[in-house]
Amino acid sequence: MHQTGRSVLIAVRLMLVFMVVLGVAYPLLVTGIGQALFHSKANGSMIQNGKGETVGSALIGQSFSDSQGNPLPQYFQPRPSVVDYDAADSGGSNQGPENPNLIADITQRKAEIAAFNGVSESDVPPDAVTASGSGLDPDISAAYAAIQINRVATARGLSVDEVEALVAKYTSRPDLGFIGETRVNVVKLNLALDELG
Amino acid sequence: MQWWMAALLLVALALPIGLLYKPLGNYIAWVFTSPNHWRVERWVYKLIGVNPDREHTWHSYLRAILVFSAVGFLLLYLMQRMQMWLPYSLGLPAVSPDVAFNTAASFIGNTNWQAYSPEKTMGYTVQMVGLTVQMFVSGAVGICVSMALTRGIAYHKRGTLGNFWVDLVRAVFRILLPMAIIASVILLTAGVIQNFAGFTTISTVAGGTQVIPGGPVASQEAIKMLGTNGGSFFNANSAHPFENPTPWENLFQVFMLVVIPFSMPRAFGKIVGDHRLGYVILTTMASLFIIAYASITAAELSASGTAMQLAGASMEGKEQRLGIIGSTLFATATTGTSGGAANSMHSSYTAIGGMVTLLHMVLGEISPGGVGSGLYTMLVMVLLGVFLTGLLLGRAPVFLGKRLGVTEIKLVGIFILVLPVLALGGLGISMAIPPVRAEITNFSMSTGGPHGMSEVLYAFVSVSVNNGSAFSGFNANTPYLDTVFGILILLGRFIPIALVLALAGSFASQGRATSRATELPLHRPQFVLWLVILILYIAIPTFIPVLLLGPLAEGLH
Repeated sequence: MHQTGRSVLIAVRLMLVFMVVLGVAYPLLVTGIGQALFHSKANGSMIQNGKGETVGSALIGQSFSDSQGNPLPQYFQPRPSVVDYDAADSGGSNQGPENPNLIADITQRKAEIAAFNGVSESDVPPDAVTASGSGLDPDISAAYAAIQINRVATARGLSVDEVEALVAKYTSRPDLGFIGETRVNVVKLNLALDELG
Repeated sequence: MQWWMAALLLVALALPIGLLYKPLGNYIAWVFTSPNHWRVERWVYKLIGVNPDREHTWHSYLRAILVFSAVGFLLLYLMQRMQMWLPYSLGLPAVSPDVAFNTAASFIGNTNWQAYSPEKTMGYTVQMVGLTVQMFVSGAVGICVSMALTRGIAYHKRGTLGNFWVDLVRAVFRILLPMAIIASVILLTAGVIQNFAGFTTISTVAGGTQVIPGGPVASQEAIKMLGTNGGSFFNANSAHPFENPTPWENLFQVFMLVVIPFSMPRAFGKIVGDHRLGYVILTTMASLFIIAYASITAAELSASGTAMQLAGASMEGKEQRLGIIGSTLFATATTGTSGGAANSMHSSYTAIGGMVTLLHMVLGEISPGGVGSGLYTMLVMVLLGVFLTGLLLGRAPVFLGKRLGVTEIKLVGIFILVLPVLALGGLGISMAIPPVRAEITNFSMSTGGPHGMSEVLYAFVSVSVNNGSAFSGFNANTPYLDTVFGILILLGRFIPIALVLALAGSFASQGRATSRATELPLHRPQFVLWLVILILYIAIPTFIPVLLLGPLAEGLH
């Protein structure tokens, strides 16, 4: 019993040491390094429009729908999001492969996206009809960007070539050629479209 | 094409791990054998009142672990309950008693099961001073136990296992903290955030509003992976772009998760003076890892399942930048360690892909396992392998000069039974109580039928084996499940630790039984194959009946 009492005292003191070193000093050190050397990244890779106003983060997807939830034709549309791109929240549907709601959602999205972009349902790629894990995915596949180019060009009165060039500019290839997937950052792409005027 | 990518990604992971195996393993061995204390460590020992040169018997070692964990548990519980009075709490209220109990149990148990949605529940002070600290020390406790067992095998007629407080301080200050600082900086270069900005409201490109979260994420992310913890800053865990912004950083996260567990066999080999045995353990771990990775990847690329067939690929719950293979590699690593982080939603995997993540945990987290717990669980399997081989060949079972007698084999036997008894027993008892069953089936499961069964089974296995990942469609945040899962985590953590330390104590008091020349040769590939088969044969049949009700039924749909 005496032994245990002594151990409790040691444990309490050691926990306090750890709380100061690991819970306060360590995160503050990393914050110091981050704020000094990687200022923009440590603060969320925020992006600004031409007027210098912050319009979001390059890493966090956004909704490009009107207040009724209808997709805006002048913007490239992101992947479906379970949290509706509410960055104060995050998460996926967690629905299983045979979930009737998920099957109904995918069927409906496929039909809507095909109609919205004027393509056949077989041209709608998988990422366009499935919700991401975070609900905040800023990227779409090159295939999903490709089927949206004509619609965006028409809505904005731009030539297809101009829009294609911008899509190419905001397309990232896999790191080192094999890590990750080819993707188009929708937030940066749409911002660049707006900046064209 | 996809398969080439999958193989290349595995090579890109294996290469740095292979290069670090010797230096990191040797370093860890040095940390736990060096007689010299650093000045800062002496200062800590003085402050807390410990004589660093006094050794613990296995009883004292276990008592120190239990007392330390109990104190950590109480402090973490109280911090959550008093959150509204703590600074930087973002206006969040006190955490409810059942969630606070569950979370405290989960974080001291290196499990990091999260019954709550972090952004909406935990302020910065609880995240940093409470949760981040436990991510360091609970991982360190696992390393201590594995090293205590290693010493028990290496020592002859000594009876002691080292000093727990010294081991703990060294595991934190010499291994985890330096590695976490380096890892944090690498995470910062990728774009993981680190600030105290709270929530910022901005006007979006299309003119809507969005609330962007801030937080000290990089510092927590580093130890979340290095300590095989998994407790994330955001609800979406490593799928969240602020935790896992780029594909190469995703690979780095997987690397952080497995680098220490894969180096532990080297530390073991170094201390007991048999490097070949280190390679045997490493090869066994790696073989199981590759089997799991190939199976999960094959299942996901096949896209079998109604929703996947309709969509064209298994992309529900996966991030575009990480892709299917980046997700399956992560899923393999997180279920093969006690990680429990997730960069994709396992619940939305194909039925077979999801089942393999479950089976991977059922193996007991030995491929390569939790930081520390992977090595000690694997050593238990090695002991069983030696014992059974001895029986088959009619030789006395001896391992590195230690006789495996009745006591040792009883401890090994009980150790193996802990996971199935807790997971299946907990599940069975819960489903047998009518109101609980009604609550689980009507409220917690997102759907009925086989997938609901998979969800609830995954949850019970995940907490019992201290993993912490989830089929998150399952709503586990009810007072009953919070409590039961908290208890299962504690039992699943501390019963095996007690058994391992008892084993270590029994070995440490033995003298050398025979000359090494008469022992079975354990370094040949045959023993690795035998070990792999044994591990699969022990783990899987126990769970087959319940798998038939869940993922297998769903896969046959």
